Amino acid sequence: MAELMPLAAAIAANVHDGDTVAYEGFTHLIPFAAAHETIRQGRRELTLIRMTPDIIYDQMIGAGCARKLKFSWGGNPGVGSLHRMRDAVENGWPQALELEEHSHAAMANAYEAGAANLPFAMLRGYIGADLPKVNPMIRTVTCPFTAEVLAAVPAIRPDVAVIHAQRADRKGNVLVEGIVGVQKEAVLAAKRSVVTVEEIVEELQPPSPNSVVLPHWTITAIAHVPGGAYPSYAFGHYQRNNAFYIAWDKIARERQSFLAWLQDNVLSGRPEDFARYARRQAAAE
Amino acid sequence: MSETVTPTEMMTIAAARALTNADICFVGIGAPSAACNLARLTHAPDITLIYESGTIATKPDVLPLSIGDGELCETALFTVSVPEMFRYWLQGGRITTGFLGGAQIDRFANLNTTVVGDYAHPKVRLPGGGGAPEIASNCGRILITMAMGTRAFVEKLPFITSMGHGEGGDHRARLGLKTKGPTAVITDLCIMEPDPLTKELTVTSIHPGVAREAVAAASGWPLKFATAVAETPAPTAEELSVLRDIQARTRHAHKAA
Repeated sequence: MAELMPLAAAIAANVHDGDTVAYEGFTHLIPFAAAHETIRQGRRELTLIRMTPDIIYDQMIGAGCARKLKFSWGGNPGVGSLHRMRDAVENGWPQALELEEHSHAAMANAYEAGAANLPFAMLRGYIGADLPKVNPMIRTVTCPFTAEVLAAVPAIRPDVAVIHAQRADRKGNVLVEGIVGVQKEAVLAAKRSVVTVEEIVEELQPPSPNSVVLPHWTITAIAHVPGGAYPSYAFGHYQRNNAFYIAWDKIARERQSFLAWLQDNVLSGRPEDFARYARRQAAAE
Repeated sequence: MSETVTPTEMMTIAAARALTNADICFVGIGAPSAACNLARLTHAPDITLIYESGTIATKPDVLPLSIGDGELCETALFTVSVPEMFRYWLQGGRITTGFLGGAQIDRFANLNTTVVGDYAHPKVRLPGGGGAPEIASNCGRILITMAMGTRAFVEKLPFITSMGHGEGGDHRARLGLKTKGPTAVITDLCIMEPDPLTKELTVTSIHPGVAREAVAAASGWPLKFATAVAETPAPTAEELSVLRDIQARTRHAHKAA
């Protein structure tokens, strides 16, 4: 049953050192405020899962939260490399980062298998590609009907899924709109889930019966954090700050500039700080 | 408008011409996205553009910086979840054309976007494959666009992220693939197509003002040239102005915070 609580309490109660966690969002609705809170609380030895670890995981890796990353595309979209992730992989700073690398199709299927309570996912994938040679978690399964050999990967079953959504109602039912990514699958695959939302409303009022709704009984904790997806975006609320994604390349390139940014913007910050982004964008439109 | 066409503009325009109204196209970010939208805004207004974020039949007014910018969703016919995108639409065989870029390519149009150096101890860790491994196998045909240079067009790839024609010849068929694989590589200097038999990339058209020697020098392997090499038609005034307009709109949009 979803419990409405402050973000700090939601993270403290649900994300523990050593947990396997998925902070999901496919470019859209990336839970930045929740990740910053996780960094502030000093979580360590996390296994991070995400299809597209962009600058949110760059920040968590650079801050020393992670020992392993399971992913399928790790970059700053349209800009270039994740310098903190690269520093961890290439130089072991601030600590070594173990990688488990898949393709998008495999990760998406693996989340779906997790949500469906299956042990593994299968797909027609990785044909002629080198990843199966370096990732022992990519195996094969033979179709019992046609004998076709298909790729198989283990289901994703995180300890915690963390997502950002447009709104929740007072009972804790959650609505996600726009590019919905794999957030529904991530929440249903996880043991626990934390959702930050732009607004809390009396009635959810989904615009269509086919809207993506996560009922309150699938969610552990909800925190009201307006602007909590910034600098990514919340469809219907504020736009992606592409200028910040471009600026991140310079901030993250050197350890010193990254640490200074982390101190000023995360370690000295509060979840309420994100509200100013929601307001600023709303006023500009 | 400047009359001097940059090599990147020529590449984008040549890549756009490879697309038609009938294409249902899975679009990679960066150079492929520019080419696909140029095609849509010029000769192929009914082309279906699909981005892996789940946006189907999208018509962005500015080029997205990421694969999931809000612009893509707002202008799409509909948007699906990422698992549905990869399962029903891509693996389901509904997509005629995949448009990819890459960091490195070899003579059989295999692509690397994973690592330079040893996988476990890489010299350079690149972003990885994302959707490319399955785009490369499941789309009807693959178009590739990337700028030439000896660090990009290499004799041997350190890692095969997505398969092109593998070891050449009938390698794809031997692995059970029924799709065509790469049918053209459109660069800033020329257009290459796989030899019908060996599948080795062969220069079939050189862009205006580019010397054959310059094309050869920009490849890390001894490039094959077709018996009759064409000259790529120069960009039309319309192609150039539409491309420059969308690039200007995009620059303006991405600067705004």
